[in-house]
Parts: sequence; C-alpha cells; structure tokens
Amino acid sequence: MFEATELNAQHARTEKLYRILFGLMAVLLILPVITILTVLVVRGGPAISFEFLFSEPINGMTEGGIFPALVGTIWLVSVALVASVPIGVAAAIYLSEYAPKNWLTRAINLAIINLAGVPSIVHALFGVGAFVLFFNFGTSILAASLTLAIMTLPVVIVATRESLQAVPQAFREACWSMGATRWQTIRHVVLPNSVSGILTGVILEVSRTAGETAPIMFTGATLFLPFLPETVFDQTMALSLHLFTVSTQVPNVPEEVQYGTALVLIGLVLSMNAVSIGVRTYLRGKKKW
Amino acid sequence: MASTESSRAAIETQKLNLWYGTFQALFDVDLEIKPGIITSMIGPSGCGKSTFLRSVNRINERLGYVRTTGSIRVHGRDVYAPEVEIIQVRKQVGMVFQRPNPLPLSVRDNILFGARLHGEPAPKLSSSQADEIVETALQKVLLWDKVKDRLNQPAIGLSLEEQQKLCIARLLPVKPQVLLMDEPCSALDPAGTEAVEEMIWELRGDYTILIVTHNMAQARRASEECIFMLLGKVIEHSPTDELFVTPGDTRTADYIEGRYG
Repeated sequence: MFEATELNAQHARTEKLYRILFGLMAVLLILPVITILTVLVVRGGPAISFEFLFSEPINGMTEGGIFPALVGTIWLVSVALVASVPIGVAAAIYLSEYAPKNWLTRAINLAIINLAGVPSIVHALFGVGAFVLFFNFGTSILAASLTLAIMTLPVVIVATRESLQAVPQAFREACWSMGATRWQTIRHVVLPNSVSGILTGVILEVSRTAGETAPIMFTGATLFLPFLPETVFDQTMALSLHLFTVSTQVPNVPEEVQYGTALVLIGLVLSMNAVSIGVRTYLRGKKKW
Repeated sequence: MASTESSRAAIETQKLNLWYGTFQALFDVDLEIKPGIITSMIGPSGCGKSTFLRSVNRINERLGYVRTTGSIRVHGRDVYAPEVEIIQVRKQVGMVFQRPNPLPLSVRDNILFGARLHGEPAPKLSSSQADEIVETALQKVLLWDKVKDRLNQPAIGLSLEEQQKLCIARLLPVKPQVLLMDEPCSALDPAGTEAVEEMIWELRGDYTILIVTHNMAQARRASEECIFMLLGKVIEHSPTDELFVTPGDTRTADYIEGRYG
C-alpha cells in the first residue's frame, strides 16, 4: 500500500527538476564573485608589497605605489561617516520613536527609500552644485565626503530604523509605565538593544562608500596628486578613481598595477564587511532576550 | 454608590468617552474606584476594559489617533488637565501588562530602573541604598527568597511567574498609589496564576489595584469590588460577592453564567 504511483513518480521528477534549477542559480550567483577574487589574487597578488602600499605612484603612474590613493580613500570615508552617521541615526530615531504615525511620516519614509535609489552620478552633480559651488568648498575632501554622506544617509536611516523597530514594543511600554520619558527609554533600553543592527548597517555603508567613484570624481578626487592631504580642504587621490585612471586614462600601465589596485580596494571593502559581521556576532551574543 | 465618597475615590471618571479614530470604544463611563482595595474589571473581549485601564495612565496616547472626552481623576486630580505632567501621572499610576515584560537587564537593574529614572537630583544611589530598594521591593512581591541569589542574572531567565512578580516589584520603588494590571495572569500556568494572585492580594491596602481579567474565577477570588463592562459601557459595579451572587442586571447574570463571552 506504500508503493509509489505514477503520479508520485511524476511529482518526484518535477521536484528534482526545480531543485537542480534553483541550485544552478545559486552557483551562478557565487561563480562571478569567486572568479573575480581568483583573478584579482592571481594577477594582482604579485604586485602587493610594502612598497606598493606605502609609496607614491611615479613615472606617470606606471610604477611605484598607491599610498596617496589609499590614504585619500580613508580620509573620504572617515569624513563622510562623521557627517552621515550622527545625522542619519538621529533622523531615524526621530522617525521611529517620536514622529506621529501619520501620512506625513509615511511619505517621508517612502521618500527616504526612494532616495536610496538615486543614481550616484546624480548625487555627484548635486555635490558639485551644492558643496563645490554654492558652499564654495571647492573640489576638496570636504565636498566629496559630504556628497558621499548625502548618498549614504538613506541607507543609514533605513538600517537604523529597522534596528530600532526590532526592539520589542513591550520594552518601551515597560519604561513608560515607570514614568520614563521618551529619551530615557531610548537611551537606556532602545539604543542598547539596537546598536548591533545600527553598527552593521553603518559598516556595510562604509564599505560601499569606499568603492564609489562617480560622486567623488567631480567633487574632490584627482587623477594624480603625489602628496598626502593635510586638511579637509585639500584635494586627494582615491583608490576607486585611481583604479579607473590606471585602467583607462593612462597608457602602458603594467597589468599588475591595475590588478593590484583593484585587489587592495576589494580587500579594504571585504575586511570592513568582515568587521561588520564580527561586531554583529559579538553584540548578538550579548543580547539578553 | 454614595456620592459622598466621590472625593475619596482613587480613580473617578465622569462621562468618559474614547474613540480610536472613528470607532468609539468607551461610552459615558462613570466610575468611582475606592482607594486601597482590589477592583476587578470583567467583560467579554473588546468591551473596553483594557482601553479604560490604558487611559488612566494615559499610555493610550502613544497611538496618536485616540480621542478622549470627559474626565479621569486620580485622587481628585484630573489626569488630562493641561498643566498635568504626564511623567508624574505615570509615577503615581503604575502598570503591569499581559505578558511579563522585564527589561533585558539583570533582576537587580530591573528593580532599580525606575528608582534611577526618578532619582533626585542626580540618579546616584549608593550601593547599600540600592540593595535596600531591591530587597524591599522583592520582599513585597514574595520573590526575595527565590531570587536573592540570582540578582545579577538576566531577568529574562526567570520563570514567567517570577518575571510577572518582578514587573510588579519594579513599579514599587517609584512609589505609585495606583496599580493597573492588564490581565496579569493570562500568560501564566495555574500554579503561577495562584501565586501571583496571592501576591496581589497581599498588596491591597497599600495600593489601589485595578485588575482587568478574563478569568471570572479570578475576579471572584481576588477582588473586593467588581465592574462588569459590555460594549464600552459600564453595566454594573458592586462588591464582588454581590455581583456574582445576586447580579443586578440580566446581562451581568448572563455573562457570569457563561451565556456569552
């Protein structure tokens, strides 16, 4: 009575077909990532040396290292973070904890999500108009970082809001029932329990920021500048733009310099992602509910 | 009830109406709840018991689309008056929820949370003061002996019964006069229910307790006066024994005999 019927067999074949189909898609998804990483390591790996990382490019960028670009990227990302994280987290706290739940709040939330989809070249042009020209920061780290900050704000806000809303409402009610103000509730209960999610969102954003090219190329990053920036009003080189330059703008750059630059950039991004995962795991372990 | 007692009522409402958006949840509720006793509120789901409870400490307002008319006086003071500081209302009127909601802190820090919020002028407690606050509060809810060795462990690790007692205990350092309890035993097993009921019974006299319950046996056992609500209106308010033995309204009689619910 438990033998398979013809119908069972047919279902089993369909089952198998879909399983293989979905599995194949999953493989297709990771294949490019693995290929890119392998090619980068194989071709760019030999270029990586202390000298490559810590010296200036020479001879029309065909030789030497990438130090100014590396430092420039760190500058750009740090200043962008300093600008976007406080604003983004504060805005998210307002929207999640204070704002009345009405159509205006919903409209603002929708606008923020849409803002995250604005192409980066549009942000770049906004940055030129607003920061370079209107505020007269010139092409500088400040203008480029603020452009990056504007671009990352929506993602910081969305990530923060989601982490805040993952904190159970019962915790807030518990605090209110003891006469806590909203801020006391946020400070002592909501934020400590959402900080892991906020940090994860922020760090992921940092890694995305590090790779952006369009928003900085008109606002503060230069093709070639063999000095380290000293203030935020200086221009700077950046890894992403440097990669673009050595790949397409300068003739006869040895392949290993191109691949080496790409490897450093992707290494930077991946290590920041790793930090993000580490932080999240650590803080999750400390959660008490 | 005699109107001469109105000035001594712990909670007194007059013509209290409440709307969630366009839905009216309370209709002309006039109640006088006596101080220092346990009053239970019974009635079918959606009859407005919890809504009433949640308007006394104004926690309803968080929803934003709630509109209230009429007045609620707690010890003679209108909690909706414009000069009222909502934090003071919440301090005077503590609330216990359906599901125990200890904060994700240690047992000790849960108890001290309220005390630290309202500490004057700076929220600095010496550790001996803090120990005393913790012990007093936990003694009061009959939890001290069970948890005194686990004070620094996460409150989430306690049993539900212990968590609910803790949630009551952490209100006490704030020195409320009224405790609102929204079905405090509905998440507990029978043994836990009995233990928490007993504990609440011990608190009467020191606090005015208003307890919403689905469980008629509980209302009967553990309250001195009982209010029956139906569809947003108060149908009957009388001493518990009277209400259960000789209900004054046929709707009350039908409900307590289980003809609807």
